[in-house]
Amino acid sequence: MTQMMTQIAPTEKPMRKLIEIINLTKVYGVGNVAVQALRGVNMTVEQGEFVAIMGSSGSGKSTLMNILGCLDRPTSGTYILDGEDVSRLSKNQLASVRNKKIGFVFQSYNLLPRFTAVKNVTLPLLYNGQARKSDKERTERAVTLLEAVGLSDRGRHKPNELSGGQQQRVAIARALVNHPAIVLADEPTGNLDTRSSMEIMDLLHQLHDQGTTIVIVTHEVDIASRAGRVIYLQDGQIVSDRMDASRTAAAYGHTDGSVG
Amino acid sequence: MSLLRAFGIAMEGLALNRVRSFLTMLGLIIGVAAVIIMMAVSHGAEAEVADQINALGANLIMISPSFSRGGVSSQAGPPPMLKFSDIATIQQKVTGISGVSAEQNTRQIVKAGSVTLEDISIVGTTAGFMAVREYGVAQGRFVTDADNDKANEAAVLGSTIAQKLFGNATAVGQTIKIGSTKFMVVGVMAVKGTVGTTDYDSRIYIPIKTVFKKFVSSRFQRDVVGMVYISAESKDTMDSVKSQLTKVVMQILGTTAASPGFQLTTQDSIITTRTSTTATFRNLLGWVAGISLIVGGIGIMNIMLVSVTERTREIGLRQALGARPRDVQLQFLLEAVALSLIGGLVGVIAGVGGSYLFNTFGTMRTELVWSSIPLSFGAAAAVGIFFGYYPATKAAQLDPIVALRRE
Repeated sequence: MTQMMTQIAPTEKPMRKLIEIINLTKVYGVGNVAVQALRGVNMTVEQGEFVAIMGSSGSGKSTLMNILGCLDRPTSGTYILDGEDVSRLSKNQLASVRNKKIGFVFQSYNLLPRFTAVKNVTLPLLYNGQARKSDKERTERAVTLLEAVGLSDRGRHKPNELSGGQQQRVAIARALVNHPAIVLADEPTGNLDTRSSMEIMDLLHQLHDQGTTIVIVTHEVDIASRAGRVIYLQDGQIVSDRMDASRTAAAYGHTDGSVG
Repeated sequence: MSLLRAFGIAMEGLALNRVRSFLTMLGLIIGVAAVIIMMAVSHGAEAEVADQINALGANLIMISPSFSRGGVSSQAGPPPMLKFSDIATIQQKVTGISGVSAEQNTRQIVKAGSVTLEDISIVGTTAGFMAVREYGVAQGRFVTDADNDKANEAAVLGSTIAQKLFGNATAVGQTIKIGSTKFMVVGVMAVKGTVGTTDYDSRIYIPIKTVFKKFVSSRFQRDVVGMVYISAESKDTMDSVKSQLTKVVMQILGTTAASPGFQLTTQDSIITTRTSTTATFRNLLGWVAGISLIVGGIGIMNIMLVSVTERTREIGLRQALGARPRDVQLQFLLEAVALSLIGGLVGVIAGVGGSYLFNTFGTMRTELVWSSIPLSFGAAAAVGIFFGYYPATKAAQLDPIVALRRE
C-alpha cells in the first residue's frame, strides 16, 4: 500500500507557500442587511502542512473554506494559491483551478448515488481538459486510487452498498484523482462513528505523510488536535493560530480553553 | 470538455432514469409520428382522388354550359346551349377524337314491385358513354344507338340500384317505373364507386332521347344536352382537340371568346383544383401535428426543470470538481437534445410503421411524404434545443455553494 501511495502522492517539493491569504474580507448582502463574514484574514499554508480550521458556527470558517476551495470569491483582499492569484478569477477560471489544484472531501461524501465507486472517482477527470484520455485510462487511475484508500475490492459497488467510512474513502480517492495541490476536507468525519472517523483521519494523515497538503474544517477537538496546526476563527477573524511541530500522541487530550 | 464526452455524460443521465426518459419522449414521439402519418394520409387521399378522376376515362374533355359574366343575360331569350344534333357536328368537324357522348340528367322516383326509391339520378346518355367513360355493364347491355333513335324505354341500372330493387335476383328483363313511365331493365353496370361527390353505382342510365321525350317539359329545352364528354385519341392530341372544340362549339352557339357560353374541363384541371384544396388541408394537418411537437417540447422542458431541481446537489458537486457553468449547461442541453433526437427517431419509426399499418390494415390509403421525415425529425431536434435551453441555463447558473448545501 505504501508503494501505491508513493505513486499517487504529489512529488516532494521544497517547502513553499501553497496558500497565501492577505487581508481577506467577505461581505454578504448590501446596506443594512450586510453581513461581514470575514474581516481581514491573513494566513499562510506551507506545502505539506496539515491544518485544521476550527470555530463555532457563524465564525466564518465555512466562508473561509469556500474561498479557499475557490467556490466563492472574496469581497476584498488577495488569495494566492500555488503561486497564482485566484481572488479575481472568473467563474470558469475558478472551475479550472478547483479541478486541477483542489481535492474536496465533504461531510456528506457527495457521491453520485447511481454511479459505481470507480465512476465516482473518475468524475473530476471528465473536467480536467484531458479530453483525449480514454475511458480505460481513467478507470485504471480510479482503480489505483481505490486500492490506495483500501477499497480495491469495492470498485464496482454503488454508494448505497458501502458503509459511511467506505464512502468517505471513495470521496478521498476522488479528491486525489487529479493530483491536487491541496485537499480540503469539510467536516470529513462529521457523519461517521468514532471508529470510522479514526480510520478516515488515519488515511488523511497517511496522505499527509506522503506529502499531501491538507486543510480540514472541524469542530471536533480531538480531530483538530491531530493536525500539525490549528487555526481558530471567531467573528470572521483568526483569533488563534497554533503550530504544533510534532504531531504526536502528546497532542491528544490537548483541549485547553483557547481552542475549545 | 469534448462534445462527445459531454454527450456521453448526458446519455448516462438519461439511462439512469429510463422510464421517465421514455415518458418524456412520448410527447415528441407522438408529435413526430403524427406529422408523418397525417401527411401520409392526406397525400394518400390526394393520390386516391387523382386515381378516381383518372378513372373517369382516359384523355377526357368535358363541355359544360357556363352562364358567366352577364353576356347572356343582356340578350333576350334563353342562353345558347348545345343540342343533341350538335354532337354529330362536333364528331364531324373535330379531328383526333375517339369518342363523343352527351348527357342530360333528371331526378325521379323509381319503383319496382314494392320497392320505391326517391330522388334517383337518371342519366340520359348515348352509346358512346361506355367508350368515353371507360365504364361498362356487368350484365345485359348498355344503351344503344337504336335505343336513342326510337327513344326506347330501356334502363341500365347502377349496381347499388339493382341491389336495392331486386336484391340478388336477376334484374335484367324486369320492369321498373321511372316517374310514371315503365322501363325495361336491359343491363346492370359494373361497380364503379364514388368519384368526388358522384356515386356512380346509384344512378340509372337511359337513352338521352327518352329523357327529352318523357322528362323534359319545356319546349325550348327539349333537345338540349347538359354535358358533352369527348375523349381524345391520346394525350398528345388533347391540346389540339381542345382548341378545335373551342372554335367549333363557339361556331355552333354563335358566341365569342369573350363570352363563350361554355367551358372545357379536363381531368388535369380537376386534379389540380382538387389537390390544391387537399394540399391546404394537408398543411393544416401538418400544423396541427406540429403543435403536438411543441407540446412535446414543453414536456421536455418540464421534466428537465424537475431534473435540474432534483439533481441540484449533483450539479453543485460537479461544479466543485471542476465543471464550468458551460459544462453543466452543455450536459443538460445535451440531455434534452438526446431526448428529442431519440424521441424523434422513435417517432419516425412509429410514423412510417403507422402509415404502413393504416395502408395495409386500415381503410385509409396512405402514401409517405418523404420530406416529412427530415422535416419532423429536424423539428424535434429544434424543439429539444429550444426547450432544453432554459433548464440548462438555470442549471449552469446555480451557485455551487448553495447547490452543495441542498438536501
